[in-house]
Amino acid sequence: MKGKHDKFKSPTRRQVIGGIGMGTATALLGMPLVARAQSEPIRIGFPTPLTGPFGAEARDQVKSAELAVKQFNDAGGLGGRKAELLVRDDKLNAGEAATRTLELIEKDKVHAVVGALSSAVQLAVNQVTRARSTLYISISQSDTINEVKDWSRYTFHEALNPHMTTAAVAKHTFKKGMKIAYLAADYAYGHEMLRGFKRAQAAIGAASVGEILHPLGAPDYSTFLPRISAMKPDILCICNFGRDQANSIKQAVEFGMKQQMKIVVPVLLHNQRLAVGPEVFEGVVGGANYYWGLEETIPSAKAFNNAFRAANNGAIPTDYGAYGYTGVKSLLQAITAAGGTETDKVVAALEGLKYDVAKGPQSYRKCDHQSIQSVLVLESKKKADMKSDVDLFRVVATEQSGEAMLRTCAELGFPA
Amino acid sequence: MDLQLIAMQLLSGAVLGAVLVMTALGFTIIFGMLGVVNFAHGALFMVGAYAGVAVAMQTGSFWWALLVAPIAVGAIGLLIERLLIRPLYSRPPDDPILLTFGLGYVLVEGVRIVFGNDGIPFSTPSALVGVVNLGIGYFPIYRLFVIGVVAFILLLLWLGLEKTRFGLIVRAGARDPQIMRVLGVDMRRLWFLVFGLGIGLTALGGVLAAPMRNVSPEMGTIVLAEAFVVTVIGGLGSIAGAVVAGILVGLVVSMTSLFAPEMATISMFALMALVLLIRPQGLFGRAGV
Repeated sequence: MKGKHDKFKSPTRRQVIGGIGMGTATALLGMPLVARAQSEPIRIGFPTPLTGPFGAEARDQVKSAELAVKQFNDAGGLGGRKAELLVRDDKLNAGEAATRTLELIEKDKVHAVVGALSSAVQLAVNQVTRARSTLYISISQSDTINEVKDWSRYTFHEALNPHMTTAAVAKHTFKKGMKIAYLAADYAYGHEMLRGFKRAQAAIGAASVGEILHPLGAPDYSTFLPRISAMKPDILCICNFGRDQANSIKQAVEFGMKQQMKIVVPVLLHNQRLAVGPEVFEGVVGGANYYWGLEETIPSAKAFNNAFRAANNGAIPTDYGAYGYTGVKSLLQAITAAGGTETDKVVAALEGLKYDVAKGPQSYRKCDHQSIQSVLVLESKKKADMKSDVDLFRVVATEQSGEAMLRTCAELGFPA
Repeated sequence: MDLQLIAMQLLSGAVLGAVLVMTALGFTIIFGMLGVVNFAHGALFMVGAYAGVAVAMQTGSFWWALLVAPIAVGAIGLLIERLLIRPLYSRPPDDPILLTFGLGYVLVEGVRIVFGNDGIPFSTPSALVGVVNLGIGYFPIYRLFVIGVVAFILLLLWLGLEKTRFGLIVRAGARDPQIMRVLGVDMRRLWFLVFGLGIGLTALGGVLAAPMRNVSPEMGTIVLAEAFVVTVIGGLGSIAGAVVAGILVGLVVSMTSLFAPEMATISMFALMALVLLIRPQGLFGRAGV
C-alpha cells in the first residue's frame, strides 16, 4: 500500500491558478445551473469488472444495481427527478478503473460512484474519487479503506471488511487449543484475510501451525498440500478469491484433506460453489454478506429476492451481486433524505442513515464510514440435503456485527 | 523437515511434471513438425475440457469423454489447418502467430457464449476417486492414473515416430521439407495430419485436467504459458526434451513450494531464463534450430 499516494503529484503553481480561475468561473456560471439541476437525472457511475475472471459476479452486481435504480424511478424518483446508472467495465485492472472513474466524473458528470469488485481496483477508484471530492460507495472487501491513510470523507464502505468477516467466521469454527494452518493468496485480499483470522485466532486461544502464501491465480495446488498435511492441523483456512478458491478446494479434496481437517474460507462464494459442485464444497464453512435463504427470516430479503426474481426470470441474487443493490439503494435513500445531490448534504445524510433494504438493519459508522451490518456464516450443503438447485448453503449463524466486531475508531487512527 | 515430507514433495513434483508434459505435448509437436507457434494452444486445451464436459453430460461417462472429446477437437484442428493455417505456410512466421493468437480469443469468447462465463463442474470419475497410501503419504488415485495415461501416450508416440514408415516421413519432414517434396512426398497432407494430432493431444490434456482444475473459459491462459516454458526448456520441437523439461519444471516448482511457496510460479520462469542463458537451444534442442 505504501507509495500509493506518490502517483498523484502535488499540483503545480500553474494548476493552482488555473483551478482558482475555474472555480470562479463555475461559481459565476453556477447560478443558472442550479435551476437546471432540479430536472437533470441523478447520474450514478458504476465501474465493475464485466470481463475477466470475476465477470459472473460483476454481471450480478449490475443486475442488482439496475433493480435499485428502477425501484427508485418507479416510485417517482426524487420529486420527479429520475436516477440513471452508468455502467463501465473496469476489466479488473486498477489503471483501467481509475481512467473510467475519471471519465465518469469529468465527462459524464456523475453525482456519485458505486462499484468495483476487487480490493486493489477499489482502492484505485477511491484514489480518484477522493482527489475529486466525489461520493463513492465502495462494495468490495477491504480493511485499508477504513484506515486513516486511505480514508476519504466522501467514501462510504458498504461491503463487509476482512476484519469483521474473519472475526465472525472464526467465532463459529475455531475453538480454544485448535491447530490452524493457512493457505493464502499472495496479494492484498489474502494478506488482509490472513491478518484478520490470526487476530481472531489469538483471541480465541487457537494456535497457528503454519502459513503458506501461494501465487495469485495458481492453477495447481498439489505441491502445497503435502506440507499442510504434515502440519496436521484441525482446520485448514484457505484465504483466496474467485477461481483460486474453486481450484484450491477442489484439489485439497482430491488429496483427501477433508478427511483429516475441516476447510474454512473467509468468504464462501455462491458462483464458485456452482462452478465446482456440491460434493467438493460439502461441509466447507465461510462468511457472506448475503444469501438468498435469508428470506425465511428477514422481510427485506424476501422483498429483494422477489423483486430480483421478477426482473430476472426467476433467478436469485448472489452474494457479491447483492452489494450492487445495497450500495445503490443506500445512496438513493440518502439523496432522498438530503433532498438533492449536493455532495456535502448527501455525506451528512449517509452518516445519519439507518437502512434495511436486503439483510436487516444497516448504518454507516461516523468515523470510518464502514457499514455496520450482519455477517452470515454459511456451510455448504450435502447434495442429498439440497431442496433445489439453488439451495446451496445452510446458515450456521447470523452474526449481528455491531460496533463490537469492528476495530475501534482509535485503532484505525482516527482522533477520538 | 523430515525425509517423508521431502519424498512426498518430490513425488507431487514429478506428478505435476507429468501433467505439464501432457499440457505441452500438442504444442511441442506442432512446433517441431510445422514450425507453427500455436498461440491458440491454451484455448484449444480449454475447448478440449469443455468438449469433455459436453460428452460426459450426454453419455454420463468420463471414459467416453476421454475418448470422444480429443477426436472431435482433433477434427476441429484438421479444419483449422485446412482453412486457416495452410494459406499462411509461405508467409513469414509471425503470420500464423497472429492468426492463432486471434483464434484463441475467438474460441474463448465462443465458449463464453455457449457455456457462460462461470465454470462448469466436472467430477473425478467414481472409479478413480480417493487416495491411496504410498507408504510416504496419501496420494490421489486420479493423479496416478494421469501419469499412466501420459506414459501410454508417450509410448504410442514413440512407437509411431520411430517404428513406422509414417513416423519416418514425419521426422524427415521436420528436418528438411524441401528434400521430402523433391522425393515426391505430399508434405501438405502430412502437416494436415500432424496438426490434427497435435490439437487432439492438446484436447486430451484438457479432458485429463478437468477433474483437477476448474473448468472455465480462462483455464487455458496459464496452460499456454506452461507449455511455452516446458517447450523452451526442453528444446523446441523435441518430444524427449518436453518430457524431461516437464518433469524438471514439476520438481523445481514443488521444491520451491516447500521452501518459498510464494515464488512457486516464478521459479518456473526463472528456470527457463537460466536454461536460455546456459544452453539457448534448450536441453534437447539442436543448435541453430
